[in-house]
Amino acid sequence: MSRLHELFKHKSSRILNVYCTAGFPHADSTLPVMKALQDAGADIIELGMPYSDPLADGPVIQQSSGVALQNGMTIAKLFADLKDFRRDVSIPVILMGYLNPVLQYGFKRFCGDAAAVGIDGLILPDLPEYEYETIYGPVMKAHGLDMIFLVTPETSEDRVRRLDELSSGFLYAVSSSSTTGSGKKMDSVEAYLMRLKGYGLQNPVLVGFGIRDRETFDTACKHANGAIIGTAYIQQLEHSDEVEKATHDFLGSILT
Amino acid sequence: MTAPFNRPDAHGYYGSFGGAFIPEMLHRNVAELQARYLEIMQDPTFQRDVDALLRDYVGRPTPLFLAERLSAKHGTQIWLKREDLCHTGAHKINNTVGQILLAERLGLKRIIAETGAGQHGVATATVCALKGLECVVYMGEKDIERQAPNVARMRMLGATVVPATSGSKTLKDATNEAIRDWINHPVDTHYIIGSVVGPHPYPDMVARFQSVISAEIRKQLLEKTGSELPTHVVACVGGGSNAAGAFYHFLEEPEVAIVAVEAAGHGVHTDMSAATTQLGKPGILHGSMSLLMQTEDGQVIEPHSISAGLDYPGIGPMHANLYKSGRGIFLSATDDEAIASAFEVSRLEGIIPALETAHAFAALDQMTFSPDDRVVVCLSGRGDKDLATYMQFMH
Repeated sequence: MSRLHELFKHKSSRILNVYCTAGFPHADSTLPVMKALQDAGADIIELGMPYSDPLADGPVIQQSSGVALQNGMTIAKLFADLKDFRRDVSIPVILMGYLNPVLQYGFKRFCGDAAAVGIDGLILPDLPEYEYETIYGPVMKAHGLDMIFLVTPETSEDRVRRLDELSSGFLYAVSSSSTTGSGKKMDSVEAYLMRLKGYGLQNPVLVGFGIRDRETFDTACKHANGAIIGTAYIQQLEHSDEVEKATHDFLGSILT
Repeated sequence: MTAPFNRPDAHGYYGSFGGAFIPEMLHRNVAELQARYLEIMQDPTFQRDVDALLRDYVGRPTPLFLAERLSAKHGTQIWLKREDLCHTGAHKINNTVGQILLAERLGLKRIIAETGAGQHGVATATVCALKGLECVVYMGEKDIERQAPNVARMRMLGATVVPATSGSKTLKDATNEAIRDWINHPVDTHYIIGSVVGPHPYPDMVARFQSVISAEIRKQLLEKTGSELPTHVVACVGGGSNAAGAFYHFLEEPEVAIVAVEAAGHGVHTDMSAATTQLGKPGILHGSMSLLMQTEDGQVIEPHSISAGLDYPGIGPMHANLYKSGRGIFLSATDDEAIASAFEVSRLEGIIPALETAHAFAALDQMTFSPDDRVVVCLSGRGDKDLATYMQFMH
C-alpha cells in the first residue's frame, strides 16, 4: 500500500499538504525544508521541480522556480539530493512539475529514479488524460507511483468522475479558476466542495490555490479531506533566513 | 492513405507533433473550441461573413506580383504574394478576422492576444475595435521597445497593452502571460493566438484561417502563368502562420518545393539564434508537442533574432512534422543577411518588407533556380514597423 493510502486510512480530515520548490531558497535547501515541514506537522510534501515556463503558476512560484534554476537545480540533481531522504522523512512526498523537463530526463528513467528514492506520486499539471492513458500512465503504474489529477470549478461532473477514476492517492481540487497565488476570493468554494463531496468519489479530496492561512485552511477542511498550501509558504521562506523557524511559525499559525 | 501534411488527427497530432498539453484550468475552454471550431468554420453563414470581411475590410484578394528585377537577379520567375497590402500591413489579420467572428459565435466578449512584432497585436486590436470588444494584448517588454509604432497603434485602437516582464521579455513570455490571463478568466474570454502554435485546435484553426493565402496563389498563378502550381513556395517561419497559410494548399502536391526560412540570428551555431528545427529537440511549449530550443534539462532556451516576430524558441507542430518527414526544406538567414535583403528588395522592387519577411528573401540567395521555375515568396508584411531598426543600417 502506498504511503498516501496509508496516510488517508489513518487520517481523513485536516490533512495539510505543503508545496515547496526544490532548490529554493538555496541550492541545498531541499532536504532541510522537507525535514522542517515534517517536524512542523505537514502530512504530505509536494516538491516542485522548477521549470522556466510554469504556465499555471503566478509570480511567487514563478520566481521561486527562477531562483531554483539559478541555484542549479535539475532533475538529476534533485534525485541525487533525495538519494537518502527516506532516512529522515517518512511522510508521503509527491513531485510536481511540468512535463517537458520530465520528458527530456526520460519518462521511464524518471519514474524509475523517483520510485527508487521513495517518491510516492506525481502531479504533472500539463499531462492530459489522453496521453496519460495511452503512453505515460502504464509506466507510472509499473513503478507504483500515484498520479494526482486536478479538477476545477469549471470541470463537469462527468469529467470529475473520470479524473477521479484515473487518479490514485488523492484528487486535487483547484479552489478557483486561477493561476497559483492569485488571491482570488474563495466565495463560492464551499458550494463547489459540497458538490464534489456529493459525488461520492473514490479518492480523498485536497483543496489547493488560495489556501494561505488558518481561515482559508479551515474553510477548505469543512468540506474536503484537507488542503494544499504553496504560494503563502514560499513567501515565508523568501522573507526568512531560517528555514526551520519560518516553517514552524507558519505551520503553527495554521494548525494550532 | 497516409495522413495529410496540412491537417492534424482527431487528437491534434501532425505525425508525432501537436496535442493539447494544458492544465485542467484551460480544459473547458479548449475542449469547447475543439468540439465546435470545425462546425462553426464550415457553416456557410460563417464562411460568408469571413469572406465579406476579408474582401471589404482586409482588402483581399491580395495581388500576386511578378517581381521582375528580383527575378532577373535570380534568373527565374519570382512572384510576390502581397500580404503586406492587407489592412494593418501583414497577413495576421486573416486569422484575427476569422477568430473574432468565431468568438462572437461562442458568445465571448473579452479578447486577449500575445504579440511579438506587434502585427498580431495590431490585427487583434483592429478587429476588436471593429466589433466593440474589450482587447488586452500581452507583449514582451523588449519587444515593446523595439516595435514602438505598433504599440502606439494598438493603444490608439483602444487596446490595453500589458508588458510581459518575465524570462527573455519577448514573444515566448508574452504567450505565457496571455495563457495565464486565460486561466484567470475562464468564462468570458477568447484567446486569439496569432500563430500556428498552442494546444489543439489552435494550430489547425489558425492554419485554416491563413490558408486563404495559398488558395488565392493557386488561382492567381493559374490566371497569370497557365499553371496553378508553383515550383517553390518560400516563407519565413517563427511560429509559422504565414508559412502555414502559404504552404497549405500545396502540401499534398509533391512537385511543389516547400521552403521554410528560420531566423539564424547571429548564426545557427552561435548562442544567439532562433533556428528551431536546427537547434531544437521534441518538447512541449505553450500546449503542444513540437520542436523546441531547450537545455539538456528541458528548460526553454531564450532565442535571439533581430526580428521580434521570429524571436521564438518553438515552431508550430505542422512545421515540425514537415521538417521531420522531409516534406519541407528548412533554411535559415542571419540578422545581417535579412537586413541586406530588406534593403535589396526595397531598392529592386520599391517594396520595404518587414524584417521577418526579409529572412525569406535572404534565403533565395542560398537556392538555385531554373529560368522556368515559378517561385512564390510570401511577402508576409510591410516594413514600416521596422524603420527604427533599418535606420541603424543606413550608412
